[in-house]
Amino acid sequence: MPAGFTPRDFYYLLPELVLTAGACLVLVLDVVLPRSRRLLVWAAMGTLAAAAVSLLAVDGVNTTVARDLLAIDGFAFFFKILFLLAAALTVAMSPGYLAVEGVRPGEYYFLILCATLGMMVMAGGIDLITLFIGLETMAVSFYVLTGYLRPNRRSNEAAIKYFVLGTFSMAILIYGMSLLYGLTGTTHLRAIATTLAAGDGGLMLPLAVLLLVAGIGFKIAAVPFHMWAPDVYEGAPSPVTAFLSVGSKAASFAMLLRIFVEGLPAFRVDGVGTAWGTPFGWTAFFYVLAILTMTVGNLAALTQGNIKRMLAYSSIAHAGYVLIGIVAGTTRGVTAALVYLMIYAFMQLGAFAVVVLMRRADIAGDELKDLTALSTTHPGAAVAMLIFMLSLGGIPPTAGFMGKLWVFGAAIDAGYVWLAVIGVANSALSLYYYVRVVVFMWSPDPGGESTPLRISPALAAVLIAAVAGTIGLGVYPRLLFDLAQASASTLGAVPAVGLR
Amino acid sequence: MMFRNHLLSIVLFTPLLGALILLFVPRQREGAIRWLANGFGLLGFVISLPLWFWYQPFGEQWQFVEHADWIPSIGASYYLGIDGLSLLLILLTTLIGAIAILSSWSVITERVKEYYVVMLVLQTGMIGAFVSLDFLLFFLFWEVMLVPMYFLIGIWGGGRRLYSAIKFFLYTLVGSVVMLLGILAVYFVYHAATGEYTFDITKFQQMDVPAAAQKWIFLAFFLGFAVKVPMFPLHTWLPDAHTDAPTAGSVILAAVMLKMGTYGFIRFSLPILPQATHDFVPMMAVLSIIGVIYGALVALAQTDWKRLVAYSSVSHMAMMMLGMFSLTPVGLTGSIVQQLNHGISTGALFLIVGVVYERRHTREISEYGGLSKIMPAFAAVFLVMTMSSIGLPALNGFIGEILILQGVYVVNKVWAAVAASGIVLGAAYMLWLFQRTMFGKVDNPANAGLKDLNAREIATFVPLIALAIWIGLYPTPILRRLQSSVGRVVVRVNSVYGPAIAKAEADCNRPSAAVQEPGMPAGLIVSAPCESGTTTPAAGPTAGQDKR
Repeated sequence: MPAGFTPRDFYYLLPELVLTAGACLVLVLDVVLPRSRRLLVWAAMGTLAAAAVSLLAVDGVNTTVARDLLAIDGFAFFFKILFLLAAALTVAMSPGYLAVEGVRPGEYYFLILCATLGMMVMAGGIDLITLFIGLETMAVSFYVLTGYLRPNRRSNEAAIKYFVLGTFSMAILIYGMSLLYGLTGTTHLRAIATTLAAGDGGLMLPLAVLLLVAGIGFKIAAVPFHMWAPDVYEGAPSPVTAFLSVGSKAASFAMLLRIFVEGLPAFRVDGVGTAWGTPFGWTAFFYVLAILTMTVGNLAALTQGNIKRMLAYSSIAHAGYVLIGIVAGTTRGVTAALVYLMIYAFMQLGAFAVVVLMRRADIAGDELKDLTALSTTHPGAAVAMLIFMLSLGGIPPTAGFMGKLWVFGAAIDAGYVWLAVIGVANSALSLYYYVRVVVFMWSPDPGGESTPLRISPALAAVLIAAVAGTIGLGVYPRLLFDLAQASASTLGAVPAVGLR
Repeated sequence: MMFRNHLLSIVLFTPLLGALILLFVPRQREGAIRWLANGFGLLGFVISLPLWFWYQPFGEQWQFVEHADWIPSIGASYYLGIDGLSLLLILLTTLIGAIAILSSWSVITERVKEYYVVMLVLQTGMIGAFVSLDFLLFFLFWEVMLVPMYFLIGIWGGGRRLYSAIKFFLYTLVGSVVMLLGILAVYFVYHAATGEYTFDITKFQQMDVPAAAQKWIFLAFFLGFAVKVPMFPLHTWLPDAHTDAPTAGSVILAAVMLKMGTYGFIRFSLPILPQATHDFVPMMAVLSIIGVIYGALVALAQTDWKRLVAYSSVSHMAMMMLGMFSLTPVGLTGSIVQQLNHGISTGALFLIVGVVYERRHTREISEYGGLSKIMPAFAAVFLVMTMSSIGLPALNGFIGEILILQGVYVVNKVWAAVAASGIVLGAAYMLWLFQRTMFGKVDNPANAGLKDLNAREIATFVPLIALAIWIGLYPTPILRRLQSSVGRVVVRVNSVYGPAIAKAEADCNRPSAAVQEPGMPAGLIVSAPCESGTTTPAAGPTAGQDKR
């Protein structure tokens, strides 16, 4: 047993361990039984299910493990549910898509599981190094997954772009982390919080914050660090795009909350912490970022003719809404961010499931016009897409409305009324392009031959689950709200620990 | 007892149940779908009738109350209840809904199943908005209405239907998201004052919102409600949406959905923001007066039958807003009565256009002429509804308009005079329309063989005509049900004149309790909500005559 580890640690790390073991199993299975594609899917699903069950072990736990590197708390618990859910939906929508694209699954499912593992570490990490390792695990998996369609040039281009820019942003991020380490002499977030609570941040603190914001801003695709997103989202295999836009984004937000809310609480708003003798707070950065992200994302989405690009810009805009919760910064604000991310997972994955469905042997299916008359050719899918679009637009009784209600509510509550106003204006603006999708689906059939849609049971299950989540959380969001509130309150509520 | 305690939920979800059942009927069986949808439309109306008889005009403020937890973590609950205002609007909704469904029988031939599902879902959305006493629940239903109406216009409409549908959708949505900000503001103001997170409308109505906040919240609400009414200059979606919607869609839009706006003002803006309401009276009055005149003038210039009726709605709705913002019991009562009247008469006028459109597939007024000779029954129905719309005595329109004018007159004589001229213009465009389409020679051969109303069409008009005559001759049962609800709103909105209200409450048992303090605006006659059994001054014409 490694020094400092106790059996208790292994028990609390059960979800991560299950996931690691499962990922290895999937990798081996692919080598041993190369012909059994179906088995790989089941193994991956089984792993995720087992990890979900083992999550019960840490329900309600609030402690740290692995020599204080990882927190096992409500906050991490919430995100682990989100990641496992997103991974399961992604896996379920993948087999049909990979078959149409004509690529072997191979290490595809292994990479999905690895990415999930990285996300879980990002949600639990309370040490800069742990966070970085989690982030790398996730990011490297995604670099490969993005380029998974080897014969496809767009996929290759996307992978290269994502890799180069991703590595660059990673360097910026770790630069920020190193400055923080230089300032405080520790990489442990709670120790950083206690160290910096006492004194002045000096000139280095604003610089460190700026670099951290830029590094994480890239990961959550916040404007002006969003340039990669549309190309990567468009080029990557659709299920990967779905997972990237939901899982990677949520994990990066988890990391953001850990670093800023838990690591730099004294510098949340101007007037509490100081840097170089003047009041300094990181909220201002996110304030600007939120406004830019929402507005640019929505404006750019207005003119897109490709659904995946449109959803890419829309996902940028949604990152802006989540940032509003972070600007609010209160427990209410953090709750809002959590609620929003969970709801966003359902609607975004659902929308991508429809995009996956549209992919047929001879049709890419990712142009808006490909959706023409979907309501006559496949009414079920059209209604599902309608629900996702309404939810993304924030119209009740879908979950998207409840998410926006929390986010804007938190902003008004914390005194950022104008931010809420801008957010509302943006969500009104966004309706235009969401409704446009609906218009295409319900416009008359142009005639002509087209390959009929075939919906596999797995994809149908994904759609049903996403619709159920989107409507269910919109009509009866009580359980989610309670869970998110409980989770948000654990963030930073743990007694601060001393230096190791 | 079970039935009575959950009556509102039953009324609310009956149409939705119908929609769910319809989903499981195979789409080829159109006959079965039609019968089933009509059955649920009618059932929805019949089941709402007990509300009328069981409602206690001078009983509790909120009746048929239902309360259950919904989202306790943010203080939202499933809270239903009605007062006189919502009672009448719910009955209007269920009646018009049943009629609209019946009127679609032979017109809708495509996507029949989806059509009726959408109609029934819409019905639940509209009823839900009227019965919710939780602001979040209200907003939920308020938005639920939009999508079905979007599809009604966009799929089964005519002309530039997609354009009109999107325009309707975006206008209303932009208004309502801003309204949502206002709702959140009230929510947090209430929390700041009491430490309680709640969306309970009844609690909001008793809270004093700081004056500075009231102004902004009023404007936020205004944008949400004024688009729906629609008030000039936010009305431009209406002519397009009404004209391009299918007949049933226009009927529901005009008869019920526009009332959401006026309902919103009476239920939320006035009682929650009394100070701001007073401050904004001049603005509201001016916008209303412009709406009355402008709507009427534009209606005069229309060559499209349906568009003319649509613009007449702009004018009529503005009249109701003017009556409401007189903030007198008489004016407010008139406004509400006129909302019902408008639902009846304009609903019928759209049905009338639908009848000829189904036969001729044109709405150009110049295509018609002399129809009274070919379709006598149709002409008779049209005549009654024209008279109702222009406010001929003995029909319903007269009652509403005279109350509104009375209320406005005591506040500002100029406003009343201008509004009255709007009525004259209204008579002009309606009578001219009637003359051009019904009288004269049948010079268009295409009209020669038109069939008169069939039994189903007559069935859609009979209840509306009966109501028009009933309200015109004997409005007392309606006024009685409105009296204490209107009184409460007026008392609340005029709460800046506290002493007068105290006096009015003290005078509650006297037969004539009209109070007019020096310094109060003329016409502010406060009738306090008295307990049941006592006689309060009627918030009708008699109360107006009590003034000095």
